[in-house]
Amino acid sequence: MEAVLLQVLAGLATGGIYASLALALVMIYQATHLVNFAQGEMAMFATYIAWSLVNAGVGYWPAFLLTVLIAFVLGVLIERVVIRPVENAPVLAVVVVFIGLLVILNSVAGWIFTYTIKSFPSPFPPALGIRYMSPHQVGALLVTLIVLALLYLFFRFTPLGLAMRAAAQNPVSSRLVGIRVGWMLALGWGLAAAVGAVAGMMVAPIVYLDPNMMSGILLYAFAAALLGGIDSPGGAVVGGLVVGVLENLLGAFVIGNELKLVVALVLIVGVLLVRPSGFFGSVQVSRV
Amino acid sequence: MSKKLVTVTILLIVLACVLPLVLTNYRTFQATLVLVYAIALLGLNILTGYNGQISLGHGAFYAIGAYAAAMLMDQAGMPYWATIPIAGAVCLVIGFLFGLPALRLEGLYLALATFALAVSMPPILKAHFLEKWTGGVQGIVIVKPDPPAWLAAAGVKLSADQWLYYFVLAIAIVLFIAGWNLISGRVGRALVAIRDHHTAAEAMGINSAIYKSLAFGVSAMYTGIAGALGAIAVQFVAPDSFTVFLSITFLVGIVVGGLASLSGALHGALFIQFVPNIADELSKAAPWAVFGVFLIGFVYLMPTGVAGALRALTRRRSSGKLLHPKEALP
Amino acid sequence: MKGRLFTIAALLTVALAFPALAQKKYDPGASDKEIKVGNTNPYSGPASAYGAIGKSIAAYFRMVNDRGGINGRKLNFISYDDGYSPPKTVEMARKLVEQDQVGTPSNTAIHKYMNAKKVPQLFVATGATKWNDAKSFPWTMGWQPNYQTEARIYARHILQTKPNAKIAVLYQNDDYGKDYLKGFEDGLGPQAQKMIVAKASYEVSEPTVDSQILQLKSSGADVFFNITTPKFAAQAIRAAYDSGWKPTHYLNNVSNSVGSVLKPAGIEKAVGIITSAYVKDPTDKRWANDPGMKAWRDFMAKYNPDGDTSDPFNVYGYTVAATLEQVLKQCGDTLTRENVMKQAASLKRFRIDTLLPGITISTGPSDYAPIEAMQLERFNGHEFELFGEVISNEQ
Repeated sequence: MEAVLLQVLAGLATGGIYASLALALVMIYQATHLVNFAQGEMAMFATYIAWSLVNAGVGYWPAFLLTVLIAFVLGVLIERVVIRPVENAPVLAVVVVFIGLLVILNSVAGWIFTYTIKSFPSPFPPALGIRYMSPHQVGALLVTLIVLALLYLFFRFTPLGLAMRAAAQNPVSSRLVGIRVGWMLALGWGLAAAVGAVAGMMVAPIVYLDPNMMSGILLYAFAAALLGGIDSPGGAVVGGLVVGVLENLLGAFVIGNELKLVVALVLIVGVLLVRPSGFFGSVQVSRV
Repeated sequence: MSKKLVTVTILLIVLACVLPLVLTNYRTFQATLVLVYAIALLGLNILTGYNGQISLGHGAFYAIGAYAAAMLMDQAGMPYWATIPIAGAVCLVIGFLFGLPALRLEGLYLALATFALAVSMPPILKAHFLEKWTGGVQGIVIVKPDPPAWLAAAGVKLSADQWLYYFVLAIAIVLFIAGWNLISGRVGRALVAIRDHHTAAEAMGINSAIYKSLAFGVSAMYTGIAGALGAIAVQFVAPDSFTVFLSITFLVGIVVGGLASLSGALHGALFIQFVPNIADELSKAAPWAVFGVFLIGFVYLMPTGVAGALRALTRRRSSGKLLHPKEALP
Repeated sequence: MKGRLFTIAALLTVALAFPALAQKKYDPGASDKEIKVGNTNPYSGPASAYGAIGKSIAAYFRMVNDRGGINGRKLNFISYDDGYSPPKTVEMARKLVEQDQVGTPSNTAIHKYMNAKKVPQLFVATGATKWNDAKSFPWTMGWQPNYQTEARIYARHILQTKPNAKIAVLYQNDDYGKDYLKGFEDGLGPQAQKMIVAKASYEVSEPTVDSQILQLKSSGADVFFNITTPKFAAQAIRAAYDSGWKPTHYLNNVSNSVGSVLKPAGIEKAVGIITSAYVKDPTDKRWANDPGMKAWRDFMAKYNPDGDTSDPFNVYGYTVAATLEQVLKQCGDTLTRENVMKQAASLKRFRIDTLLPGITISTGPSDYAPIEAMQLERFNGHEFELFGEVISNEQ
């Protein structure tokens, strides 16, 4: 029994990792109705910025805030400079631009920072640790929940959040009511990059920082976001945790480590067949 | 216009036939890979370009085709040419079956399902209960086919590379003609109708479930045949040759080459075969960065792919002249 | 994403190019002026970490050329990106052999090809055992002690010190991991089935191995054999310690760097780890004033300033390149592929300063394993302490 509990808790910890990146995916989806495949690499790159700041002697929290800010600005810049030119291109062309962005960021990070793993500091005091979970694992989960709450409040209650959702859902009508759709997209990119940067800084102490830190995680985050409902931040977190726990239990007790990912994916796709909008996603109705 | 197209196609085929006679064996090998990728991209284009179903998992069908060929040659001692139709048939069935549940999934969800297929392929190929047949993590090494004896008897001397090139070329021509027939016929119009307006297509009496599954099956078959040919050319299959990145490379190929275009498959194949090499020549420090810049640059300059850009170019040139009354009509 | 780390990884090889001139004997790739050496290496993709090996080899050859080359000939090092993908490696290998007229790299995909073409593939950068098979593949030679040899050393040590051990194994699910596992099981002999109480595998695409460590811990094992690459090794060391599991910990040589594995894991969590070594660790304080490592650091500063001086791959590449330099020196003016292979197979107790004391390189016509000696070492919280003798399989 203890073994099961241990696996569940470890699964929650890894699930928190998936959830944090899934939040960034939901964020960008809310703003643009696209899934940014470069989200993970952007988060990784932001984490290297934080790492450089901390190494240069900046304290953890100032570095944290500064990184979130830099990531936000870079996100806006990427939208304005890289994505804007393909605004009206077919969806798949935009996806290819995302892939281009992914390989560029991955390669440049390796070039600047090399491929040896770096340890990244954790800001949480030892008191936060509980039995079976390290202080950082608990802290990272808490931070994910805080980000979730902030996103929820932002989209629900602030005019800006509402405007962003409107711009993504129906750009034409939004423009008519005076929303500057172009800037909403850029803002969405900035916010997603900022959420991603937080995810990166929470993930790095657990998995170690290297240029490929996020490439494995992206798949899990993608699955988690869809499982939870791609337009639901809460769903993304639940989805992340479910994927983390499910995978651990399958690996430890059911199918073995070799095929646990395969079986987990089959189950997820199975759920989506029955509930195409995930646990908490809103049902899409399209008018003909 | 159509006459011009036929001329260009015939010229292209003639050029393709002469190519290995002037190229070194190594270049011929590269050209063979281009043809292999072109077949795979054509398959993906039938599904994604013409039918609008996104697949991030065609690397998996490529892998199945490759393993089918390698296992049949290695375990059953089958001649290489006999493995090709079997690999195609296996992928046709698997693709069709995969397409059935995928009917319920659209857009991102279909992307995830196919992505999952691609991610699952290496662990399945490594799985210990299949190890006996797949060779596990080590993969399977196969032998490159020699030119057949009757060819030598007829006095034609070809190297193994040249022979394989012609073999692949012949299959590619057959598959492209078959693809062209499929696309320009009733089936093709149905696929496009479903892509462009699903409900309207159904209202017109098109059974979209059958057509979509069929598109999946045929698409998988093409890619699977390419996989089998690729395995024979490279003489080696291993689980880690077929990662998610292969699937993504295919997607990149059809977008850069041109969606919903037969010639796009060829342009895309040239891109995915040669641009990484160019990137490597330009920078050892960060070749992927150079590749990424190329990728984004191509999409900027040609958002509808190379084929789309060429189409626009010829259209502009002909519209510069006086229009024939017939051509002026839409 | 891609698995098969060390095996396919950075594959160095040599070869020679260019039309033969009269008296002095040349094969393609060599001439009065230059010797071509080819290599494929992942510079892009998930295994780009191995790019450091190719870059440090290139840097070493620049240094050799600055010193006047080998017997008056400059080395021309041609290296291509194989993206760690077998099809690309095959293509690049053919490019080296057929277009650049070089000798080449290797991996499983081109193993047969290179032997059929009779191009020396020297010092394949991997410990997979298949590279030391002189009989079936006379043109291919590995370099480092092979994984199975190393694993057998640990197995022997366990049998000697803890005959009743209950062993747990964590391994990467690819040919590198499986090769170690096989050597380890062979080394334990008939006891293997009884002694190994738990095995857990992981894929390189997994974010963490925490779950696996918990599985192994709950097996009640008191010995842990850790077959992982650096990132996962650091995670495993930390996770084992944090979970309160205190087995005797054997760590494979692949990940025994103090600076890039034990430090990130937490130095205090790594105390007592047993591993084996044959090259000096650039981050180990023991070698701070070592002349061999000083020379290496000078080399890094001058020829490879972008390289990471805590990255063991840079020492690895340097040492491999030095071995190759020696082989080419021994060839004198007979730069045929045959002679290169012959000289590579007649290294006699050749010593490079970046190798651990007491470790030398020897080969013979039927001995295609250049380095076969290793020494066990234990981490004391500050540095590794060598113990026992240099263990050698040298015939």
